[in-house]
Amino acid sequence: MTSRTSRVIGRARRRVDARAKVTGQTRFADDIMLPRMLHCRLLRSTQPHAQIVAIDVSKATAVEGVHLVLTGKDLPVPYGILPVSNDEHALCPDKVRFVGDPVAAVVARDEVTAGYAAQQIDVSYEPLRTFASPADSLAHDEPRIHDYGDHGNVHKAVALQFGDVDAAIAGADHVFDDVFFFEGSTHLPIEQHATVALKDPDGKLVVYSSTQTPHYLHRALAKALEMPAAHIRVIATPNGGGFGGKSDPFNHEIVVAKAALLLDRPVKICLSREEVFLCHRGRHPVLMRFRTGVNDDGTIAGMDLQTLLDGGAYGSYGVASTFYTGALQTVTYNIPRYRFRGCRVFTNKPPCGPKRGHGTPQSRFGQEVQLDKVAEHLRVDPAEFRLGIVVPPDSLTANYMRVKTIGLADCIRRVVERSQWKDKFRKLPLGRGVGLACSSYLSGAGLPIYWNDMPHSGVQLKLDRSGGVTAFCGATEIGQGSDDVLVGLIAEVLGIDPFDVRAVTGDTDLTPVDLGSYSSRVTLMMGNAAIQAAERAREIVASVVSDRLEIRPDRIVFADRRVFDRERPEHGLTFQEAVCLAEAKFGTVGTVGSYTPPKSPGHYKGGGVGPTPTYSYSASVVEVEVDPQTGWITVPRVWIAHDIGCALNPTLVRGQIEGAVYMGLGEALMEEQAFRRLPPRLSGALVHKFPSILEYKSPTSLDMPEIFTDLIEHPDPEGPFGAKEVGQGPLLPIMPAVANAVYDAVGVRVDQIPVTPEKIVRALQAKAAGKPARSGPAAFPDIDWPEPLLVAPPWENGDGRATNEKKRSAKVVVRS
Amino acid sequence: MKIRLTCAVNDEPVDLLAEDYKTLLEVLREDLGLTGTKHGCELGECGACAVLVDGEPVLSCLLLAVESEGRRIETVEGLAREGRLHPLQESFADLGAAQCGYCIPGMLMTAKALLAREPHPSRERICEALSGNLCRCTGYLQIVEAVEAAAKSADRETPIEAP
Amino acid sequence: MMRLPAFRYRAARTIADAAAWLAESPAETMLIAGGTDVLPKMKRRQQTPTTLIGLRGIRELADIRNGNGFTIGAGVTLSNLLAHPAMRASYPGLFHAIAQIATPHLRNMGTIGGNLCLDTRCTYYDQTYEWRKAIDFCLKKDGERCWVATSSPKCLAVSSTDTAPVLLALGASVTLVSSVGLRVIPVGDLFASDGMHYLTRRPDEILTTITLPSAEGWRSAYWKLRRRGSFDFPVAAAASAAKLDGLDVVDVRIVLGAVASRPVECHAAATVLKGQRLTDQRIADAAAVASEVAKPMDNTDYELVWRKSMVRTLVSHALHEIRGDDMSGRRRQLARQQLLALT
Repeated sequence: MTSRTSRVIGRARRRVDARAKVTGQTRFADDIMLPRMLHCRLLRSTQPHAQIVAIDVSKATAVEGVHLVLTGKDLPVPYGILPVSNDEHALCPDKVRFVGDPVAAVVARDEVTAGYAAQQIDVSYEPLRTFASPADSLAHDEPRIHDYGDHGNVHKAVALQFGDVDAAIAGADHVFDDVFFFEGSTHLPIEQHATVALKDPDGKLVVYSSTQTPHYLHRALAKALEMPAAHIRVIATPNGGGFGGKSDPFNHEIVVAKAALLLDRPVKICLSREEVFLCHRGRHPVLMRFRTGVNDDGTIAGMDLQTLLDGGAYGSYGVASTFYTGALQTVTYNIPRYRFRGCRVFTNKPPCGPKRGHGTPQSRFGQEVQLDKVAEHLRVDPAEFRLGIVVPPDSLTANYMRVKTIGLADCIRRVVERSQWKDKFRKLPLGRGVGLACSSYLSGAGLPIYWNDMPHSGVQLKLDRSGGVTAFCGATEIGQGSDDVLVGLIAEVLGIDPFDVRAVTGDTDLTPVDLGSYSSRVTLMMGNAAIQAAERAREIVASVVSDRLEIRPDRIVFADRRVFDRERPEHGLTFQEAVCLAEAKFGTVGTVGSYTPPKSPGHYKGGGVGPTPTYSYSASVVEVEVDPQTGWITVPRVWIAHDIGCALNPTLVRGQIEGAVYMGLGEALMEEQAFRRLPPRLSGALVHKFPSILEYKSPTSLDMPEIFTDLIEHPDPEGPFGAKEVGQGPLLPIMPAVANAVYDAVGVRVDQIPVTPEKIVRALQAKAAGKPARSGPAAFPDIDWPEPLLVAPPWENGDGRATNEKKRSAKVVVRS
Repeated sequence: MKIRLTCAVNDEPVDLLAEDYKTLLEVLREDLGLTGTKHGCELGECGACAVLVDGEPVLSCLLLAVESEGRRIETVEGLAREGRLHPLQESFADLGAAQCGYCIPGMLMTAKALLAREPHPSRERICEALSGNLCRCTGYLQIVEAVEAAAKSADRETPIEAP
Repeated sequence: MMRLPAFRYRAARTIADAAAWLAESPAETMLIAGGTDVLPKMKRRQQTPTTLIGLRGIRELADIRNGNGFTIGAGVTLSNLLAHPAMRASYPGLFHAIAQIATPHLRNMGTIGGNLCLDTRCTYYDQTYEWRKAIDFCLKKDGERCWVATSSPKCLAVSSTDTAPVLLALGASVTLVSSVGLRVIPVGDLFASDGMHYLTRRPDEILTTITLPSAEGWRSAYWKLRRRGSFDFPVAAAASAAKLDGLDVVDVRIVLGAVASRPVECHAAATVLKGQRLTDQRIADAAAVASEVAKPMDNTDYELVWRKSMVRTLVSHALHEIRGDDMSGRRRQLARQQLLALT
């Protein structure tokens, strides 16, 4: 909790990088212009699935101004973000798996020459069967898109069971069985991916890249380039938006690094907007089936969830995404018995990966819409229904997720009050409606991407004789304000002004490892590491001041750039004097802090996805207007309450919440990463329907509603000053709240995302014809699920382990 | 082939040779080193590249360098004057309008032109004026509020206060 | 980033110069006024003229003359036209149309002539070279097949201009100048029902002026359907102009946009209304009849069945607005802006 004397934390403040951003001085990757810099363009596959028969680069090499042409054979080592799916090559060596898969690279004196030369490369392909949808991939095991995976074109199928869920559902008063579909969407950062690689004067490789995960990129480069990581420096430039789309190591990053090594000149690549759509790594399209047993008393007896993920052409974070579609169902409402089965398939489309929410928004949509149906059937207000089953704090869920503080009930009550829910729900005239939904999200994943026992975030502090402090941390500024969090926390603890603190971040040569800006981990994990480092520094400085002032250290206060006696405030030194004193006594003053999340009590395979130091919670009421004739839908107002623990900088927090609401509305109403399969008898083509920022619809300033934001601040001991995450949680309730509001407005269910006028009209027509008043997927396919791992829930004498897991050999530490 | 381009950029004369296929965006960034103007699509579909030409907001990705001849161009680099930030820059910085910051130069220049035309625009007019600038981070509200605050502060010379 | 291909730029100072240069090699030359259509097409290699003739420097193309009728130079920017008092006062339908084109920046750059001659659009065509290569191109550019309807003998790209339907409804005419002469044609004759050869303007002609007849007694409206409040091209649109005597329709024109390769005039719908009282029932009937000629194809945003059903709504809104009904709520819903209310 921020004390009454907090100077920095909790105050609305200009963020530390604001001035650079409003003067256009922030140096994004494509702003880097170096002497003798060359430019790279990739040649990408025009086939969705094909063997590469031959590549003839001779005409390209002969183009004047071309310095280098690379193909797959030049970069034979595969890589990938997850150790279990290192299935990518920087340039495809033998087959292509989606339209856009890179096959060659040209480095030339300028982009135009590189682009022209790339078009001179002759690639002959032997087309293979096109897998356009999960139905294709489930139906045909051959040809395999990848040589690995569970079987055929199934990448991964998982099944986890916590308690006898079938008995629970069979014994429930009501069973709800619903199928939902959540379309894929992409991040659409305004900044296109860009990377500049060079050999520095000492001969070491330096890679500047717009990446959210410099540490993982560092490891991937070492692997793919077959070089010691110690000789590679990755510098994450500030990202012009990430949202998860810049968290994989990318083909273009490895290619320009290789080119820089070969040519000993800086090489830059900046992707076109279309190429950004092809990189993708966005929201998996997910088909889901929820079978839930509910009792008349408003309790849930059990839930059986199945999800089918369309993974696209590569693994990316997909295995984690698969588990995420089933991990967080239990952290909001009491679910005593739970079964989750998830299946990810490969298809010949740009690979899906993590987009804000990472696998959880899709199933949260299904869960919250089904809950709305449940509440209606039981004739209970949806808000009251949820309030009755909110998970208690400091508890373990059926699937061993540890819930710490949970402000969900307060969030629900707050949005109910602010939106005047009780006067509106089921009471507005036809065409107007309100919908409620809730959600939860991680404040950082409990496990790193690769197995290791090292901290997830490290911060080093250098205290200078000038009174200035430099903070080094591997965290990456992607717009969310991580630099500001770092500086603010240190300034608060040391009692100095944020402007006295310099942040050096995201540089693998200079900064200790922070795993990166994903899973909303930075505020909590970097924050805790920063506080530890700062408190250690404070202790060192306090000890010399304590000697000097001849008082006990616990009387020493750090505030207003001074270090003084709490009981005689005029008795003290300036921070600068105190640091010099400390340096004189102890030598150069520097400290480190680090953070490792607590271990999860779930010890079953797959139990590593979902745990977090603490979950954030959100609730939202969305008001919609739907024209019953045309289905035209607009959203005039959104209320959102977010259980944030502590708002470190309210200005930034508000921005994250409103931005998340905006992105949620985009997904709810208009965003679609959709594909076009040409008529199979005429063509094998499978292309992105509209890879442009015009045709991929994202809301403009004219499309935004009023947004009323509320913060619930019950500090969580796990977080820095009690803070939990805010970057992703507030997005999740928006999509189901919109669907629920549509039902309130015109009495039809749209069980899929996006909620569009065409679907509303179809549902209205069905209703008028006496059919189910619903637009949504008809059925969930029969999937050959593996035998589920059986893990007894905590209240059924469970110990977090599967009772039927095969004995595994001693774990081998993965070498980097 | 190179063409000679003479014009004024942020009130300073420019006289240079640039490739004839370049747009103003490319000349600003690559020939003048003014990388404050950004690009998100190069097709006129996002607004990130907005600059002022003869006082009007236009998209520099769709203006040929050769057609910039003799014109008065203003970019984000020219907003601050005599070492002081423009009121819009102050308000954007204070009120959280910049998150990743990438759309901000385009927003600032467009807003500057708006306030020059309409010193007291309504919120609706601000949204209309910025309807050609996409942002993926903010949801626009803090940007709109920052424009309102700048209008008020330019009016009354009062400092901007964060809520 | 995406960059332009090589081209030669010639800055014209007079219409005669431009016409003469155009005549030199009309097939490989394009005109550039605002550049907001031609430059993106060039960056995506949909169009690769060897020469661009810049019209920006031709003063007379930027003239507006308000006399008996209203003459607009084709080079007048959309913003400047929007700001002209005669738009709000006399031609509100045109005002509605222009105000909803693209974005403020693009309206500052784009011209009325450019919008009138806007290339037809299609989700298979307005793509990069690499994308189009992956589908083996299409009928409109470099390919043999229309992917919208694979057995179609002609290109089905959709007319995406907001101003053309309104100008048609207003009875405008256009002047086309070439090095061998000048002709004036009704705006409806400028368009052909073909996604590829969508203009009857000869390759050596320049559209120089748009002439609107006097608005005396006429009321007009334009309703546009699109996903967002800005940027997006129309996916369906209804323009109407009517001369009313009280509530009696003396004359009326209804024109649909974005449902075919050219603006479509609904003669049958007009017949329902001419000489009749503009009642709710008649409006509904006319709207129903108008939507029958709308045959949108799967070449834009939104599903075509729904787009077609929306035509009826748009025509109805336009007619209600012309009648003087308060359509501001509907307008705000669809346009996301409060455009001018009809006076």
